[in-house]
Amino acid sequence: MTAERRGSERLVDLLSGQEEKLVGQWIEGVSHTLRGRLSAGELGHELRELYAALVAALRSGEDWRAEAFSEVRALLTELSRNRARQGFTPTETATAVFALKDLLAPSSETAQEDITAYLRLNRLVDALGLFTVETYAKTREEIIGSQAEQLLELSTPVVKLWDGVVAVPLVGTLDSARTQVVMEKLLQTLVDTGSDQAIIDITGVPAVDTEVAQHLLKTVVAARLMGAECTISGIRPQIAQTIVALGIQFGDIVTKATLADALKHALRRLGTENPAVAARSAR
Amino acid sequence: MNGQSVTAEEEFSTLPITTNDDVVRARQLVRALAQQAKLSLVDQTKLITAASELARNTLVHGGGGVMRSGLVERGGRRGVTARFEDSGPGIPDLDLALTDGWTSGNGMGLGLSGARRLTDDFTLASKPGAGTTVSITKWVR
Ligand SMILES: Nc1ncnc2c1ncn2[C@@H]1O[C@H](COP(=O)(O)OP(=O)(O)O)[C@@H](O)[C@H]1O
Ligand SMILES: [Mg+2]
Repeated sequence: MTAERRGSERLVDLLSGQEEKLVGQWIEGVSHTLRGRLSAGELGHELRELYAALVAALRSGEDWRAEAFSEVRALLTELSRNRARQGFTPTETATAVFALKDLLAPSSETAQEDITAYLRLNRLVDALGLFTVETYAKTREEIIGSQAEQLLELSTPVVKLWDGVVAVPLVGTLDSARTQVVMEKLLQTLVDTGSDQAIIDITGVPAVDTEVAQHLLKTVVAARLMGAECTISGIRPQIAQTIVALGIQFGDIVTKATLADALKHALRRLGTENPAVAARSAR
Repeated sequence: MNGQSVTAEEEFSTLPITTNDDVVRARQLVRALAQQAKLSLVDQTKLITAASELARNTLVHGGGGVMRSGLVERGGRRGVTARFEDSGPGIPDLDLALTDGWTSGNGMGLGLSGARRLTDDFTLASKPGAGTTVSITKWVR
């Protein structure tokens, strides 16, 4: 048997021999650095799974890029993604992995063979720690990217569809602050363009909760106070059913299936008040 | 590991709810679970909307808290559960709070009662001074 092979085996022996005790130490050390922001159950489960996978992988070698380590890599990927999403820092995330080294930290009495095993573990853990940080960074980038996308979508401009008709397509996940900004912009555009028909299209909105509904209703009332009329279009079937189940009443607000229907309606309304516009839109 | 497998209660993922962005995050998380569970589009929308209401209540009325969520199974049926927990002021009168249109603030007062109608299982537990827990589940039909 080669020295190389023996070193590997010793490392597996050390880690699996006192598995319960070492895993316990590891969990304790890590939970300390996270200061209780992750439940003991969650963390324990996570690290136990990882430890078992690591020991299993080590039985066939120490190359963390090898096929044998695919489970370890998958678990680390999941760990760093979760940490990134839950707002932990890169240091807090990586420390969980680096803390593995402490488990075999040698003392003055440690046998040479065990010191060698410790050094081998060190090298492996360094690589795994860096892999974790890299995955973490990638996830953060994805999160930031998708947030920017949402912002962009929500800064959707209010458009003038026709003489006297303005419309705003609402897209994406709406939160209260953003909805309010869009609604204020719509009211301002009504004034700026001297329009008296407004269309709010919600085809691109995945869910309408009571808060979003409240903003919609307030906007319609405000538009009325300004002498304008507001139509809501693009209420898809699943949204309609949800609104009804929630108990929200849209009262006498005009709703249309599509933006095109809403525009037709707005033009008709303009026409009954102003024949010149009707003539123009009829052409 | 496997996104398709059912999660045991104690392994539900935990999302802190302390900002407006967290409410959006809660909604996105529940959406992902609802899609994984293959809920119908209508049921997905209902569950997401209910979660949105409860997440906002946790933030606004409960002063912040957490959402625990995961896939569940009962009698061979798959479902999604989301549980909202806070240690805020609690609700003194549950019946009143569940009354359509009743609000202690400037809301529509339809969040709690609406969430109950939108989901299959709805449990509300609250102790004045000790906080509130609301749990909802939607089952695949
Ligand atoms: N997590 C909570 N903690 C304390 N009070 C709550 C909580 N959730 C709901 N409530 C109370 O129940 C009432 C009704 O809630 P809801 O139906 O969502 O209406 P709204 O949020 O529009 O006021 C709230 O106004 C509040 O007084
Ligand atoms: Mg509410």
